Amino acid sequence: MDLATLWFWIVAALFVGYFVLDGFDFGVGMSLPFLSKDDTDRRVLINTIGPVWDLNETWVIVAGAALFAAFPEWYATLFSGFYLALLLILLALIVRGVSFEYRHQRPEVEWKARFDWMIIIGSAVPALLWGVAFANIVQGVPLDEGHNYTGTLLDLLNPYALLGGLTTLLLFFTHGVVFVSLKTDGEIRERARKLAVRSGLITIVVAASFLVWTGFAFGTAWFWGFAAVAALCLIGSWLMNARGAEGWSFGLMAVTIGTAVLALFSALFPDVMPASNDPANSLTIANASSSDYTLTIMSWTALIFLPLVLAYQGWTYWIFRKRLTREHIPAAAH
Amino acid sequence: MNELLDPLLLARWQFGLTTVYHFLFVPITIGMATTVAIFQTAWVRTDKVVYLQLTKFFGTLFLINFAMGVVTGIVQEFQFGMNWSEYSRFVGDVFGAPLALEGLLAFFLEATFIGLWIFGWDKLPRGLHLATIWATAVGTVLSAYFIIAANAFMQNPVGFELNDEAGRAELVSIGEVLSNPVALAAFPHTIAGSFMVTAGLIIAAAAWHLKRRQFADAMRPALKFGLWLMVGSMAATFFFGDQLSLAMTATQPMKMAAAEALYDTACGADASFSLFSIGTPDGSEEIWSLRVPYLLALLSTHTLDGCVEGINDLNAEYVELWGPGDYTPIIWITYWSFRWMIGLGIAHTLVAIVGLWLTRGDRLPKQKWVWNVAIWSFPLSLLAMSVGWVFTEMGRQPWIVFSLLPTESAVSPNVTGLEVLISLIAFTVVYGVLAVVEVGLIIRAIRKGPPEIGEPDPESGVVKPTTTVY
Ligand code: HDD
Ligand code: HEM
Ligand code: HEM
Repeated sequence: MDLATLWFWIVAALFVGYFVLDGFDFGVGMSLPFLSKDDTDRRVLINTIGPVWDLNETWVIVAGAALFAAFPEWYATLFSGFYLALLLILLALIVRGVSFEYRHQRPEVEWKARFDWMIIIGSAVPALLWGVAFANIVQGVPLDEGHNYTGTLLDLLNPYALLGGLTTLLLFFTHGVVFVSLKTDGEIRERARKLAVRSGLITIVVAASFLVWTGFAFGTAWFWGFAAVAALCLIGSWLMNARGAEGWSFGLMAVTIGTAVLALFSALFPDVMPASNDPANSLTIANASSSDYTLTIMSWTALIFLPLVLAYQGWTYWIFRKRLTREHIPAAAH
Repeated sequence: MNELLDPLLLARWQFGLTTVYHFLFVPITIGMATTVAIFQTAWVRTDKVVYLQLTKFFGTLFLINFAMGVVTGIVQEFQFGMNWSEYSRFVGDVFGAPLALEGLLAFFLEATFIGLWIFGWDKLPRGLHLATIWATAVGTVLSAYFIIAANAFMQNPVGFELNDEAGRAELVSIGEVLSNPVALAAFPHTIAGSFMVTAGLIIAAAAWHLKRRQFADAMRPALKFGLWLMVGSMAATFFFGDQLSLAMTATQPMKMAAAEALYDTACGADASFSLFSIGTPDGSEEIWSLRVPYLLALLSTHTLDGCVEGINDLNAEYVELWGPGDYTPIIWITYWSFRWMIGLGIAHTLVAIVGLWLTRGDRLPKQKWVWNVAIWSFPLSLLAMSVGWVFTEMGRQPWIVFSLLPTESAVSPNVTGLEVLISLIAFTVVYGVLAVVEVGLIIRAIRKGPPEIGEPDPESGVVKPTTTVY
């Protein structure tokens, strides 16, 4: 495997990390109106992700920077091409990020309600749009010889891509709800488990249709392999949840999301951004990547530091492994 | 209408706006992370409750600020691709590497350990918990190093080769990029400046309470700490600023000429530094100015009889090198931003020195105006920081990567003026609203003062702090 191909898979791995981790943050954010009866409930929910949301979100920053360094052409085409969609994602991430920190700074009900809404919307918008973006990448978009995107925002909102967006939205939603059932106790845990049974069913139907569509339109052998694992794990996750095995359910859901991302990258390979108008204009691993020297430097850094990062992040999750309940939430100190 | 929707102009406005905004929070994050770590270390070492109070008090300010730094930082990273795709294609091979290193080495570290610090008070042993804030502080400084190395490549490209076939610059030595002489001076200069801004915030917060004679137990040591930090970091800022002037004159002589609005080459006593100048409104000619002879020669060459090239001579040289054109930045911006940066810095040092004198022993001045002056330390040091960057970035014009890529060829060709306008408006509105919210919260947190700390544990004699939760 040459270095550029290696980096294709490292970028894939970084997006796996991002979607598996920030995916459940998005889900917890979106579940606020469904799982909470009062402010204490909402604080329990937000505190389940309190210590980790920032480190989860950092995966997208690193994935973006890796894309820039390893595939500058891909980075340039993608980010300038999907301009308005990315703008929406950015705005959502901004309001969501500050809301976690600012929501608890004042006691007033209206203050908190405003930030609750920002968390909900700020979670739902990226959950939807990342799916739309990735589906469009797999499907291909119109590119000129300079590798510049020639379509508009509306071209990105085609049925296939919207189905992709709905898939990530639902996957992340269910992922987050299962996470809540794993990380809380008492009534919220029960509520979450029941909700995950219901939302899981819809997720299975939608995700399956998306994977089948992708497979018939763009599938490769590797795609079908990953997609099959994803489908089995998704069903397994649902069954485990129905039986009350939350840990298993969450783990299988993580594998589902990870393998689904890998399936999409396999469908793409060896292109990184196919041109739908003229295959000659497609961005490929070969014509989008950086020089060998840059990739060598990057490979060494990733080899040394990624394991270290995984170790201290794993340790963080271990430190915060306990379930949270309403009793853990101190009365507001304001 | 077309003029209004010029994507280049709008993209430049957007980059300037969002970056200056990001950089309002970054210096506070850098300085405050270390400050909080220092106070927490003092608490762990001495068990004195007042240090825990100060840790918590400045910790709150730090967190309110940190959230903004993080969310505005993401915009920065995406923006290169969104608005400057030709630039990204051209430099990605070189420029991407420090950004990726920054993410992998610094941002992960910060983002992980900050979570552990906020939520880990009662979950980690004291020493380990202390280590988490130090890890965060190290992360902030590391991230500054990598981003400044990336920025220094734009000021003084090194460690690359042009690949004409691919139409891009390719990395040939990461070592050279990371040890760019401009970066080696700009990094300590920026870090020292960040500590000045932080010192300004500490002084302002302490002064607000001391003016009202409240929380003196905690706020007096905080004030002293802030004043000393201000004096020390200003000395460092000055020292490295001087190094940076040398590096800049060597690599971008036009910027030094523009900083001084020096049109014709001057040597020795003629290479004077104007402290103040009244010029024609467009800044192209001088009407009256107050000058210090030799100072400019000294600043830019470290010799008394050195010569400083003037704008006209440099432009003529550049025309020969790169063809006809105007290679000068906007002079009045460079001239005034350079002066405001230095002038505000000197003003701060004076305030801090006088402050140390007035509060010597255990004196506390009674005059309200003294405290009001102290409070202004904060906004004005932040202003010094911003104008310093405006000088650096505007002084680089018309190049985006000096001598390699003009700014006008760097903008995304397929992004329309309307799209950039939409995003510019969206960012302006969201950033504007958030600024109001954030300033409100900071003021509120300062007014509330340091928190009450519970009684020490009867057995160990140590206070057990509780974790703040969201
Ligand atoms: C608190 C803020 C602050 C203060 C008081 C000063 N500076 Fe500064 N300066 C900055 C904050 C700053 C900065 C962080 O905004 C910049 C922008 C780029 C950089 O590396 O640092 C900067 C840039 C900058 C540059 C431009 C470098 C380039 O474009 O390549 C020079 C030559 C100086 N500074 C020199 C000085 C000198 C001689 C000072 C004497 C007191 C000084 N600065 C005070
Ligand atoms: C250290 C990392 C930085 C990088 C990589 C960087 C990069 C850039 C780029 C790509 C542009 C747009 C192109 C151009 O107009 O030349 C730009 C412009 C600008 N930047 Fe920076 N910048 C950095 C830091 C900063 C900071 C910290 C500030 C201010 C606090 C700042 C202020 C500006 C301004 C005002 C402009 C607009 C200049 C103009 O268009 O005339 N920059 N910078
Ligand atoms: C000299 C200029 C800059 C310095 C020293 C700097 C440093 C920092 C620091 C210390 C943080 C930590 C969070 C905080 O600020 O509160 C941060 C956040 C961030 N900055 Fe900047 N930054 C600069 C300009 C830029 C530019 C031009 C970019 C674009 C690549 C950028 C990208 C980011 C990102 C992506 C984050 C979020 C990281 C997180 O989640 O912790 N920064 N920056």
